[in-house]
Amino acid sequence: MALVKPLGDLPFVRANPALRAFVIGAWLGWQIESNWARPLLFAIYAVARPLASALLLVIMYSVITNGATQEPLFAFIFIGNALYIVVSSVVSGISWAVIDDREHYRVMKQLHTAPMSYYSYLIGRGVARVGIGLTSFVITMLVGVVFFQLPIALNTINWGLLILASIVGIIAMQGIGVILGAITMQLASNLWFLGEGTIAALYLFAGAIFPLDVLPEALQPFGMFYPVTYWIELSRRALLGANAPTFHAMGAIPSETLLLILTGMALFMAIASYIVYRLSLHRAKEMGRLDMETSF
Amino acid sequence: MDSAPAIKTENLGRIYKIRGPKKKGDQKELIALKDVTLEVPRGQLFGLLGPNGAGKTTLIKILCTLLLPTSGTAFVDGLNVATQSQDVRRQISMVSGGETSGFGLLTVEENLWMFARFYGLDNAVAKRRIAEMLEILGISDRARAKISDLSTGLRQKMNFVRGFLTDPNVVFLDEPTLGLDVTAARDVRTFVKQWMQDHPDRTLLLTTHYMAEADELCDRLAIIDKGQVLKDDTPTNLKHGLQQNAIFNLKVQPIGKKPQDNGRIEDVPGVQTVAVRDHAEFSEINLTLQDENVLPAVLTHLGGRGSSLIALEKHEPTLEDVFINLVGRRLDQDTHGQENGASE
Ligand SMILES: Nc1ncnc2c1ncn2[C@@H]1O[C@H](COP(=O)(O)OP(=O)(O)OP(=O)(O)O)[C@@H](O)[C@H]1O
Ligand SMILES: [Mg+2]
Repeated sequence: MALVKPLGDLPFVRANPALRAFVIGAWLGWQIESNWARPLLFAIYAVARPLASALLLVIMYSVITNGATQEPLFAFIFIGNALYIVVSSVVSGISWAVIDDREHYRVMKQLHTAPMSYYSYLIGRGVARVGIGLTSFVITMLVGVVFFQLPIALNTINWGLLILASIVGIIAMQGIGVILGAITMQLASNLWFLGEGTIAALYLFAGAIFPLDVLPEALQPFGMFYPVTYWIELSRRALLGANAPTFHAMGAIPSETLLLILTGMALFMAIASYIVYRLSLHRAKEMGRLDMETSF
Repeated sequence: MDSAPAIKTENLGRIYKIRGPKKKGDQKELIALKDVTLEVPRGQLFGLLGPNGAGKTTLIKILCTLLLPTSGTAFVDGLNVATQSQDVRRQISMVSGGETSGFGLLTVEENLWMFARFYGLDNAVAKRRIAEMLEILGISDRARAKISDLSTGLRQKMNFVRGFLTDPNVVFLDEPTLGLDVTAARDVRTFVKQWMQDHPDRTLLLTTHYMAEADELCDRLAIIDKGQVLKDDTPTNLKHGLQQNAIFNLKVQPIGKKPQDNGRIEDVPGVQTVAVRDHAEFSEINLTLQDENVLPAVLTHLGGRGSSLIALEKHEPTLEDVFINLVGRRLDQDTHGQENGASE
């Protein structure tokens, strides 16, 4: 992230209100997320918390299956859960940024009178959260490989698929994050949990800890229209390579098809997020809500 | 665009919908601005003077693209604030006093640098200007301090620096000296005057509660109350309007409650305005009389109410008198926007 400062000084970045907002947003996001004045807090937040939730899952699984951590289902669950850490980090991070800017730092007025795009700034803040999420993910996976013998090795990972799916997946997550952030612009701070709550609820529909086919048929569409579902499936495949589980319905769909669907959804989310953001901004200016302080 | 006035509003209005205390749908409307028509030419230091709740901040928010008007139009630098907000923002900056906000974890320097970046300033230029301006305002020694460690006054100074850092065409200052101590407030006023002198083509709009500040700084003033501009002129002309009258400050023994019907000071023939401020030991009365000859009748009236004179002073018209004459109250007595009972 030290790279961000010089990056922001490139003439074409400076000249573009969207690009400069993005770069500064990412820089600021990283300051906020990583700085926290104390590395200990960072360690607890980015390492201990996700690890604790992964271990909880392992314990529950072991109790139910009598410790069958060699089963393909174990890898399915462990990796799905670890991947979802990135999702909640990015998505809830963006709606948090809106509330923080407005109520905690109280800089909404300053940000919204500056000639920059708050939309791109939010995406920048989201990118910083990708950084945090990935840190937690990698540490959780290391624990999985070392202590629970997940069948993953650096040379068996399908890096091309992993990176491609993740770029597209993160675009989709940013889109969802900005949509929730835009909605948050209309809400008093006592509804701060909206972003985090939504993303926690969708955990069950993303095929993260159990396949979609386990869900009642009426609920399956939630998962099918949730872009994260495809990112998790693709990333899990890329990580496990030949060991990727095929016991679920989605396992039969070729990766190319899944990637295509994910790309379409990411594109849709990107466009939808911009439209929802613009509408919400307009509404906030109409109602005098942009800089409201509803305080905790 | 060059010929356009720096700020121009036409019949600008703003109504807030406020939710009633009870059930949903129980909405009230509050008229915060009503038919405001103003024009501020380039190069002017324009002041908005009005009591709490007059609508000053609302007007500034609209001009800064933070809030949409509910009627009328507003232009900054010839650009429509509602439809060309991005272009407007390139030209302006806004600082509100008592604004102690900021990203607490950043240092003063970092915070200012970040905003310079939002305006697309070159790194080297940004750093130079930040150093210069912190020096002028006497806070260079705190450049590396975290914002969260600063006193509110220092944070306010930092935000003030932010407002001028980006070389704006039109600056909006909402009560810039609110909450500052005497020295800091003077630093800010000196800076504002110097900046306007050094940049004769720039425009600055400020709101204030302080008559003396308005008198000292502003080329022109609008007096605003209950969302309406009552008068808009130079401070000298505003005061000139009262030159024919006789203005007195009286200290009398407490006069008690205002009588309901007749028997008020206002009913003494020749009395134009009366503003009373009650203290524990005495009441202070500000009087505008048609001419001096009315005074004996007023004193007789007060005597009749059992209140004797402690001190009497005649003075030249001040902005305070102008304000009382227009608004019928002292500036330090609050008002609230007019409420429209009707729900939607
Ligand atoms: N977001 C809002 N929702 C509802 N009413 C509001 C809102 N903002 C301001 N008002 C009301 O509009 C009126 C004008 O407020 P405004 O803040 O513009 O006054 P002001 O002149 O800046 O006052 P002060 O000197 O106290 O800063 C007040 O009655 C205020 O209560
Ligand atoms: Mg105000």
